[in-house]
Formats: sequence, C-alpha cells, structure tokens
Amino acid sequence: MMLVTPTEVVFDDGVELDNGKRFAPITVRYETYGTLDWSGSNAVLVVHAFSGDAHAAGYHTVEDRYPGWWNEMIGPGKPFDTNRYFVICSNVLGGCQGTTGPGSIDPATGAPYALSFPVITINDMVKVQKRLIDSLGINRLLAVAGGSMGGMQALEWAVSYPESIASAIILASTSRLTAQGIAFDAVGRNAITSDPRWNNGNYYDGEAPARGLSIARMLGHITYLSDESMGEKFGRKLQERAAYGFDFADQFAVESYLEYQGGKFVDRFDANSYIYLTKAMDYFDISERFGTLEAAFAHGADRYLVISFSSDWLYPPYQSKEMVFAMMKAGKDVSYAELTSPFGHDSFLLETEQQGKMIESFLETTYAKA
Amino acid sequence: MPRHEGMHFNYDEIVRLVRQGSSVLDLGCGNGELLHRLINQNKVRGRGVDREEAMIVQCIARGISVYQGDLDEGLKDYGSGSYDYVILNQTLQMVHRPVMLLQEMVRVGREVIVNFPNFGYVVNRMQLMFFGRMPVNRDIPYQWYDTPNIHFCTRNDFVALCAEMGIPILHEIALRRTHRVPPVLRNLFATEICFVLRGNHAPEPAQTSVSSS
Repeated sequence: MMLVTPTEVVFDDGVELDNGKRFAPITVRYETYGTLDWSGSNAVLVVHAFSGDAHAAGYHTVEDRYPGWWNEMIGPGKPFDTNRYFVICSNVLGGCQGTTGPGSIDPATGAPYALSFPVITINDMVKVQKRLIDSLGINRLLAVAGGSMGGMQALEWAVSYPESIASAIILASTSRLTAQGIAFDAVGRNAITSDPRWNNGNYYDGEAPARGLSIARMLGHITYLSDESMGEKFGRKLQERAAYGFDFADQFAVESYLEYQGGKFVDRFDANSYIYLTKAMDYFDISERFGTLEAAFAHGADRYLVISFSSDWLYPPYQSKEMVFAMMKAGKDVSYAELTSPFGHDSFLLETEQQGKMIESFLETTYAKA
Repeated sequence: MPRHEGMHFNYDEIVRLVRQGSSVLDLGCGNGELLHRLINQNKVRGRGVDREEAMIVQCIARGISVYQGDLDEGLKDYGSGSYDYVILNQTLQMVHRPVMLLQEMVRVGREVIVNFPNFGYVVNRMQLMFFGRMPVNRDIPYQWYDTPNIHFCTRNDFVALCAEMGIPILHEIALRRTHRVPPVLRNLFATEICFVLRGNHAPEPAQTSVSSS
C-alpha cells in the first residue's frame, strides 16, 4: 500500500490572471509519487478532471477505503511507473480541495471569497501549476497528462509553455467544448443558482445549496455515461419494487444511482467551485487565442499522445481528431487512438488497460528521447 | 489493417525506393516495422495509420507517430502534396473503395508506393482452372468466406486501372517471393507487385528513385 501525504504551498505573490489582474495569495495542495532524479528529467505532471483533486494515487492512511482517483495508472510498475518517474498532482485553482478557490478565506476580508473570487480560465490554472513546478526546481516536465478538463490543462501547457514540457498526454478531451457541452454546464450552474440556499454565493456560514449542487451532479453523471453503459448497468429495473406501484415512490434503478451520486458529491464539493470551474471550461478555446488550431500547435510542444473513446459523446472523438490533424499539420509528433469502450466519457478513468499500455510506451520513448 | 503472415512484402525493396530525409505516410502500417526501418535507415519523417488498437500500441512502443483510423474514410484531412511518399503496403486489396483511396493517395503523396499480391500468379490460375476452387495457398492463405482481401486484382488489372485513372506509373518491381521476375512474365509469375506512382503534386521534373528493372 502506497501511503502519501498531501503538501500545501503558498505563493504570496500569486499569479497574473487572464482577466488582467494579479490574484494573491494562492495556496496549492499537491501530492507527489516516486523520486525526482538528480537531473530533474523524470517529472510528470498529472492534471485532474473537473471534480478530481490532488489525491491521484495511493492512500492517505491505512484505514482509507479508497485510493486516489487514478490509482490504477500511477504507482510502482504501473503506466506512470513511480519506480522511474516522479509524478506530481495538484488541485486546480478555483477548486475546493486544498487549493485556493471561491470557498477559501479572502485575507483582505477574513471571509470566504464567494463570488468576489475572480472568474478564472484553464490558462490561469496552468499558470499556478507552472509556479508549483518552478518551486519544485523542475525545468522541464517529461509529460503533462490529463483527461477531460485535465486534457484541456495539458493542451494549455503544450501551447503556453512548450519549452517546459517534452510531451502532452490528452485523454477524452478537446481544444474547445461543443455547444452541447456548454449547454450542459449552463443547466448545471442554473440548478445551483436557483437553489434559494445558494444566496448569490454567500452560503458559507449557513446551509449549502445541496439540492442545486446534487441536481447539477446528476446531470453531469448522465453526460459522463452512455446509452449503452446505462442500459447495461441499470436497464429499466426498478430499485425496490418488482412492479409499478402507480405512484411517485416508484424509482428506477438509474434514478436511485443518480440520487446517490448527487448526494455523495455534495459532501465533498463546493457549489461555487462548480460554477467557476465549468465557466473556465466553457471559456477554453485554444484556436480562438491563436487564430487557428494549427497556429496554436505550431509553436506548441513537440510530442503528443491523444486518446479518445468511441462512446464519449460529451468530448466526442471527432474533436480529438480535429486536434490531431492540426498537430500533424503543424509538423508535430503525434499519436492518436480511438479506443472502443462502452463507458462514455468516464472511459478514461475506467479503461485503464489499453490506455495504460499506450501511455506506458509513450512515456518510455519520450524519456529515451528527452 | 493487419499485415498477415505470408503476405509480407520484402521491406528491403521499399527501403531502397525511398529517398533519404523524405517524409512518409504509411497507410495500414501494422506494427510499424517498415516505418521503423525507414526512420532509422532512410532518416525519413514518418507517420503511420492503422485501424487496430493492438498495432497502435506496438507503433507507440517503437516511438512512431501513429494515427488510429480507417482508410475507407479517405485522407480528407491530409493536405495535397503534403508527403514525399504515401505507402500502401499489402493493404489495397483490403479496402472497400480502392479507387477513392488511390485518388486520395496520389493527391496527398508526391509519389505513391503501392504493393499487393498478384492474383494473376500462375498457382492461383491453376487452382481455379484445375480444381475449380478459389485459390488458397502460401501467398493467399485465406478461404473466400474468411479473408480480409475483398478486392483482389492481377498485375495487369492494376496497370489498366492506373491508365484509366490517368496515374503515371514511374517504376515497377515484380517479385516471386524475394526474387525479381523479368518484365514479360510478371503477370504470370510474380506473387507480389510493387508500383511507384506519380502523385498529382509530383516535383517537376518527375524523379524516379531507382532505374527501371
């Protein structure tokens, strides 16, 4: 059992945000696995998805029931082999699991930021990660790897700090969200803001907008699954009754699952972070900043591994292909796989075998070339 | 697409055809063995395309840039004349729309290297003639109902198609296994045929890489 302890570091001078203002101070929670070699050339930054955190692998205590969110992929002998690589994972700016976010205390007022927290971007999250990497004395990362919103951050690293990374690994992600993706985010935010307890974001001294947040999460979960995986997992089964009772106490198994997921989420996630992070994803569009995708990658990092999943309709494979062809046209080293999986967007967390083999090989050859 | 045993064109021939330092797109690149050789021996900038996950894994392990895709979807995202060579190695007979693919290859590649098993090979003819059965032999090891080869052609069929499509043939290599077959006998005695075709965006004047056999 790999035991890890999270670390917190404070950057008193913060970073200059995309909105043009400096934001400080910023606390970052992170974990590391493995050992940094003498030349500092074996470091891999793993960046988490929307609801993830810095706890990517291992256990905090021997009593923990569950390991970190990507434990299958990170550890000794695993694709991100901690016998060879030094793996870092930090909670994102705007999050609610150790890094400064809307729920953190604003030192200027002594109260939580709430909606006075600035609207941030994926680029802002990456600026904070860059500060962290610099503070760890790492000049060049072997790879930045992430899925979904993590993939967006990996892309951002590739185009914003091409000299600082040897490669980017982008899983089930996109260079910009589809209108459909933005639409789902908007409904999620609306669920939260229409909960009376949300109170314009000022709920930290009272009850949180749990109902709104759990509905947002329920919706999110639908988009992370697929018709096929839901059909297989729940079908049309009723949760507790054998036959219809013709009242509204009837619950299909899928309803019960969503309720459970929504309820569980409320305990660990801040509603305002939900609003800020989804907004950051909606804003994300590399092609807009550089004119075209090809132009973005033209001065981006040299090596990429892009993986999409056949049943992912939230971050559909065609969007990954679009990125890959832009990388190719920009003359970059890029490998692309579209893995067959029934699990929808969640596949990148579940389909660890083929994905793992690809990442393992990709890291190995990148390491050999670096 | 898979490269099957017994259908392994002599890579030495292709390695000899490709200019040093050129760019290569290998369609149906399999496990990346050919590209690996071209990258190491000919210092090419190479990319592969294959349909199968297992092949993609092996290419990545070799450090080769590879794209998982289906050739039947064409090459619409590849720029015209964007590669010095487009290679289609032992795959033409497996695609659903060979004419479309050929058109796309001569658009994208300044030169195209395509090789395929020659269905006109004497042993195939004899099996059909004397046994009245579809040929199954060392070069074509599949039963008709269980074969990836859905568009077989003879050497002469392919030459006729190129004429019809207006694609100039720059060079031809006919092999019986690993031995070269003299020109007059090739439709009958070659097991493998390899053509170098001139792409639409060929450098002018057109360069032939190797003198004619």
